Amino acid sequence: MSLLTPFKRASGLGSTSDGVKHWWMQRMTAVALVPLTFWVAFAVASHTGSDYATVAAWFTQPFTTTMLTLFVFTAFLHASQGLTVVIEDYIHHDGVKVTALVGMKLALVLLGTSSILSILRTAFAG
Amino acid sequence: MAEFTLPANSVIKTGKTWAAPAGATRVKNFRIYRYDPDSGENPRWDTYQIDLDQCGPMVLDALLKIKNEIDPSLTFRRSCREGICGSCSMNIGGTNTLACIKAIDAFDGDLQISPLPHMEVVKDLVPDLTHFYAQYSSIKPWMQTQTPAPPDRERLQSPEDRKKLDGLYECILCASCSTSCPSYWWNSDRYLGPAVLLQAYRWVVDSRDEATGERLDNLEDPFRLYRCHTIMNCTNTCPKGLNPAKAIAELKKKMIERR
Repeated sequence: MSLLTPFKRASGLGSTSDGVKHWWMQRMTAVALVPLTFWVAFAVASHTGSDYATVAAWFTQPFTTTMLTLFVFTAFLHASQGLTVVIEDYIHHDGVKVTALVGMKLALVLLGTSSILSILRTAFAG
Repeated sequence: MAEFTLPANSVIKTGKTWAAPAGATRVKNFRIYRYDPDSGENPRWDTYQIDLDQCGPMVLDALLKIKNEIDPSLTFRRSCREGICGSCSMNIGGTNTLACIKAIDAFDGDLQISPLPHMEVVKDLVPDLTHFYAQYSSIKPWMQTQTPAPPDRERLQSPEDRKKLDGLYECILCASCSTSCPSYWWNSDRYLGPAVLLQAYRWVVDSRDEATGERLDNLEDPFRLYRCHTIMNCTNTCPKGLNPAKAIAELKKKMIERR
């Protein structure tokens, strides 16, 4: 049984003075992903049926390397911020929540880093 | 984890049916959520068959008819019967609204009435709004100033500045919007919800209030403000036609503006 007053319960541990950065970054990455995703979709689709050598040559173009790296970085950053919110929304057990948040971030860092390294490797080492 | 199913003792059973009087011509079924915590029984749906020719036009008229003439044990809040006190907010035909200003003939077929969703139920159609009111009080919903009021007159406000309060001051705190918000369902312990955020914005944009910065400081939190995911149920359901989602968006804009 808890004898906390309703006001004490509602005010909790106070405001974290945080959140605006996360919210703004989520919006900005979403906006950036609109042109990036279209570009990636059209660019990749235009290489349908090409052999590896042609695609690898395309990867070595500076504009392609830049755009692909930007796309992967922005997409993983956006995914991380979105999933953070989803986990915070639905998981109410503190231990499970922290584990899910850390696990999700580690997985995305791993996948994002390996994606970017794959792009760079194809671009610079063929 | 978020709860998506009802616990066993909250599963709603089928209750009693109160038949229409003999000779009734225009009969409508009102399926009403009944729950009495003192009985230890599960909640149930009771069905009341009402002759609409013998009943006023609004849903509240039907509820009062049931309480006065059929089943005095039916419990609900009501007061002004003209949409200004916010007492009779409940879920009517699947939407949170005020029973007193919702016409019965806005609904075809049977009409289902339950308390505001995802709140603890005190009895029947009466939800426990203690936490909602405490959250309201946490945003200090009164004018805060450093400058003393002029000794000989009220604090002045230009007509343009007064206009900024339109669409905000009309909120009657019926809690229809907050209790229609899934984000509020899952996280009401920390998320303030649309009604309280609309009220918070009402004081943030009041030209006479001098605590704007402190008010925004108090709101800047991943849960208090940013649990709003623009689902828009609040705006869809508001029985006063207000737009809490817009007020929340304006708060988010203010947060960016002051960075």
